[in-house]
Order: sequence, then C-alpha cells, then structure tokens
Amino acid sequence: MQVASMHFKSRASEKLADPHLRAALDGLKRRFVPGRAAVMAELDFEATRDAAAAIRQRALDHLDFFLELFERNAAARGTVVHWAETAQDVNSIVTAIAREHGVRKAVKSKSMVSEECALNDALEAAGIEVVETDLGEYILQLGHEPPSHIIAPVIHKTRDQVSDLFAEKHRTARKTDIEALTREARERLRPRFLDADMGITGANFIVAETGSTLIVTNEGNGRMATTLPRIHVAITGIEKVVPTLEDVATLMRLLPRSATGQSISNYVSVTTGTRAHDDLDGPEQFHVILLDGGRSTILASEVRAILRCIRCGACMNHCPVYQSVGGHAYGWVYPGPMGSVLTPSYVGIENALDLPHASTLCNQCGVVCPVKIPLPELMRKLRERQYQRGLRPRHERTALALWAWLASQPRLYAWITAVGVKVLAWMGGKRGTIARLPLGRGWTGGRDMPAPQGKTFRALYASKHTPLSPRERGRG
Amino acid sequence: MAAARDRILERIRGALGRSGPVPAATADGLLARMAQHPAGPRPAADWQPLARFRERALAASSTVDEVETSSAVPEAVAGYLARNDLPRSVVVWPALAQLDWQRGGIEAQARKAVAADAIGITGCFCAIAETGTLLQLSAPDRPASTSLLAETHIAIVPATRIVIGMEEAWALVRSECANLPRAMNFISGPSRTADIEQTLVLGAHGPYRVHIVVVRGC
Repeated sequence: MQVASMHFKSRASEKLADPHLRAALDGLKRRFVPGRAAVMAELDFEATRDAAAAIRQRALDHLDFFLELFERNAAARGTVVHWAETAQDVNSIVTAIAREHGVRKAVKSKSMVSEECALNDALEAAGIEVVETDLGEYILQLGHEPPSHIIAPVIHKTRDQVSDLFAEKHRTARKTDIEALTREARERLRPRFLDADMGITGANFIVAETGSTLIVTNEGNGRMATTLPRIHVAITGIEKVVPTLEDVATLMRLLPRSATGQSISNYVSVTTGTRAHDDLDGPEQFHVILLDGGRSTILASEVRAILRCIRCGACMNHCPVYQSVGGHAYGWVYPGPMGSVLTPSYVGIENALDLPHASTLCNQCGVVCPVKIPLPELMRKLRERQYQRGLRPRHERTALALWAWLASQPRLYAWITAVGVKVLAWMGGKRGTIARLPLGRGWTGGRDMPAPQGKTFRALYASKHTPLSPRERGRG
Repeated sequence: MAAARDRILERIRGALGRSGPVPAATADGLLARMAQHPAGPRPAADWQPLARFRERALAASSTVDEVETSSAVPEAVAGYLARNDLPRSVVVWPALAQLDWQRGGIEAQARKAVAADAIGITGCFCAIAETGTLLQLSAPDRPASTSLLAETHIAIVPATRIVIGMEEAWALVRSECANLPRAMNFISGPSRTADIEQTLVLGAHGPYRVHIVVVRGC
C-alpha cells in the first residue's frame, strides 16, 4: 500500500468536515467501547493482561529460538516455511508458488500483512485473479479503497454507500437492508470459494510447539480459505509466534473481547500441516510466509514493545483522535495509536512526521491495551527522535528553543508570564474566553480558549507558601 | 531463500544482543517451561459445565436440545428439521453413519459435504463450557467442511465431553491424539458479520443456524 502518512494534518481536516464519516464513526463509540467493557468484566483484566504481555514478551526476547522451533515443527508436518525480508519478497514468493502450481484464482481472508505488501496488485499483475472474501474487505476491493480499521475495515462507510456500490458493481436492484446486502455478497462469493486454487490468509498467531497457524474469524471465510482450495498460503509477521497452545488460550480470552466485545470469536481455526492421504478435504499444500519487513529493526529500537501487538484495534476504538478522523487520515495500513507507532517505524519517521503527534497522549489506548503496550510513551520516544534528527519544522524548533531558553531564566520567565496572563485576560474580556488566538488558530478553530483569571501559577504559589527552611529542604 | 532466513535470524539476534543462537541452558529452560504447558489466569468456573455450556451456546445464537441416549438423536434431529421447515435430506460425517437416521425419517448421506447440501450433521471432539464452543478435529471420517458449507449445522455433543475451558480441551487433544489433526476448529454459533454499520447479521459465509443436540447419557 502506498504511504500517504505525510498528509495526516490536511487529511484529518478533510475528514473532520465529512458528515457521513462522523455518522459512521459514531458506531465505534456506541458499540465497540461499551461492548468491550461489558465482556471484559468477566475476567480479571489486569492479571490476564499481565500474563498476556509476559507471553508476548517472552516470545520476542527469544524470537529466533521460537521461530526456528516453529519452522522445525511445521516442516515435520509437511508445511513449507518461507522467509521474506521485505514486502516485495512476500509478493514474489506467493507469485512463484502460484506460477509453479498453475494457480489462476485465489481467495483471500483478511490479512493486514498482505495489505502491507499490496499483494493483490502484485497477483493481478501476474495474471492471477484474487478476491477478498471478508465482507468489509470485499466492499473495499469493489470500491478500490484501502481499509480504515484493522478489525472493521469499512467502518467509514454507511449502508447507503454500500447499497450504491453493490447496485453498480453487481448490476442488481438496489438493496438497503443490511441482511439482504450481506446475503448478496455471500451468494457472489460462494462460487469463488469453490473455484479457487489458492486460499490466502494471515495468521493471528503461529504456535512454536506445534508448528500450527491460527486464524480468528466471525464470517467463516477464513475456514473456507483454509479448507477448500488445494493450496493454502498463510502470510504473517515474524513477531506473531507464541510458544504453546496454553499461551493461545490466555491470549484468546483477550483478543476477541478487546476487538469486538465477544468472549470468543465465532471461529478459531488452528491448522497444522497438509491433508492426510485419506482426508476428504483440506489443502494438499500449506505454505507459511514469515515477513520481517522492518520488524527486526523495531526489535532493536526503543519502541520494541509495539511488537507485542495482537492487532485487536482497541487502541483505535478508544482514541479520541481516531474517533474523530477515522483511519484513512493516517495514510497507511495501520491507523490509530498502534499505527502512529508502527507506521513511522516501518516506513521511516521522516515519511510520517505527523503520526507520533496525532495523539493527545491521554493514554486511553494504554489503559485498554491487552498486552500492556505503553503507546503514549512510544509516541513520545518517536517525537524525541524526530526532534533529535532535526525533522521537526523550523518554526516549531525555534519556538521550543526559545521556550527552553526562557525557562532557564526564572526572573524573565516570571515577568513575561505575568504580562502574558494580563494580555490574555484582557483578550478574554467579559466573557472570559478567547475565540481566536494569534499563532494558535489551529487550536481555537474548533473551540474557545478560557482566558486566564488573575495571577500566574508561580505568583499564586509564592503567595500561599512560605519558602522551605533548609532543614525541610533536606528532608524533601 | 536460505540466505533470507539467515539474514533475518542474524538481525533478530543482533537486536537481542547476541551473535548466535540462545545459549543451551536458556533453550533448555524455555523447552522445560513449554513441556509443562503452564496456564495463565482463568476466570472463576463457579458453574455447572452443562448449564454453562447451554447458556453460552444460546448467547452465541446456537439452539440447544437435550436427549438421554445417542439412539434418541435421529428423532430429535427430525423434530428440529420439522419445526424449522427444513429438508429431511442431510449430509452426515461418515463417523456418524451408524446412527439409525431412518428412524426419524431422515435421508442421511455419509460423505463429504458439497455446496448443494442444506443440512450438515457432525459430532465434536469436545465442547467448552466457558464460551459455549464446539471443538472439531478433522479426520478422514470427520471432514471439516460439513460444519461449514451447509446453511444449517447440527452438532451432537456428548455431555461427558463438555470441558471447562480451552486449556482442558488442549489437554484432551494431547492425551487422545498422537499427532495434531490438520484442522482444529473452535465453533461458537452461526457465522456472522457486523461489517456494515456494526449491525450484526447471522449467516455470513458459513451456517445461518447452529443446532446442538446434547446427549446426557454418554
């Protein structure tokens, strides 16, 4: 997928002005947020997420060991494990498998890693027909759009927009009932499943002790893709490995609850190896592609905790910025807080300057993360790195340098802030609010700023507290 | 290919501050932990498994019936089909061919399911009370597609095979299967989607209906 993360600010403003999008995003706040809270109450959330974070961290701390173990156990069952350094390598590997085995038609279950690779474009260029089968992803493929959420990819679309799209592309009478739209997609896609030579899926986890891959779906398309075509290709990141099936049980208590407010997803499918000679169904070949694609670089960096991510989407569902602008503003595969950390790490911080700043650091994301990723802290680290590399705009750097200098001159600071609050109080007038702030129009564009009332904090503090005696200071 | 593998592993090791594989002692420790299969924190199981299974299966939009013995299954299935105006021609797992389907007036074919099949009947390896979930393991006489292709999936669940949680299911798999089956599918109710306006619709790509017949006496 093309990276358009440099344009977050302009895109965000555009999205804020879109009433359809606002209506569509309302569903996040109304359904996902309370749904998660209700079903999470069945667990001791803090104890469970401590364990989940430890499982993911243990896997990352010995990542090479668990990947080699996975590879050995998978190979013992006839699975072919491929290693891809880059997204392009993934595309070449899938295309080569398709060519070698005469694949003309492929069906795909939702895979964000394949979005990283723009796999569909590569397969089409190689003359292979590929159909997305997750309802949301299918709608996007019809409309040539990227997903805007990692779990609910068409959260940005209203039912009316889907009705128009189906009527146009399917050349059928326009339906407005969501059940009827879903059935129409099912009837279009069923023959594709039966026809396909290759099923392409992601993997929510890969299990080292058994060499298995695991996918979680509600629609059943993941089961179709892993059962019906003669070749199954699972594409996943190297960070997705977990040691044991019991570790899966712990993580599966958190993943669906965090993602969709379900205590378990409809289908959890664990696949190990290829069909036996007397099996009546299942693929004859099973390929697993392990993508690095920047992950080993993240592992060496100060934001390595992001590799614990299990792609539940809770951070974006609870993010006030995502709730307002939706996923497309973020400009790449992964939106919301996890995207604001991942995208700069994958595509280079110089290509995603706004993303670590696309957050109020309110830590709602950190509070709900099922694997305890300190997202605000990671965004702050990326901001520091941008500053250190001189990537921030000149006016911002000048302003910060000026402020840093001023803050080290206590008397001057006191005098300037005392004058400042008076000026702002005067600007606030009788209403006590400032509607337009010079140099701060971005802030006052959407709200009024309350004018300061009276004195500065330092003046107030000085008037209420007598200085500490040297003895008290020693204790403090 | 091998070069890509080696370079990726080398980068990972570099990131972890090593120049080679994990030291033997560390590897032994990791393997020893894995061999014990430690479980994480679990929600309190302060319920009776069958009652909980039933409650959770209903919450997942399955329907649940109970019979005393497996010989009563065909009639119970026939009753369900009649009540819901469904055809009496069904595909069953070859593993279930020995049941007296004709007794209920059911025309059962023991073979792999195809797209035209309206009703698919399966058993299960075990069922999970915590979440109202069925676990199916694929085998030559237990194909995975039977619970997937038909619009109605009927599953027979012996009450003795209802376990508390996923951890007990894994333990049962380890004790009864020499090798893991190709497919282990956990199924919790009919297929569904909420992709359009977060509105829940049952029957996305898989079954519209999941009906569970619990056999109490086995």
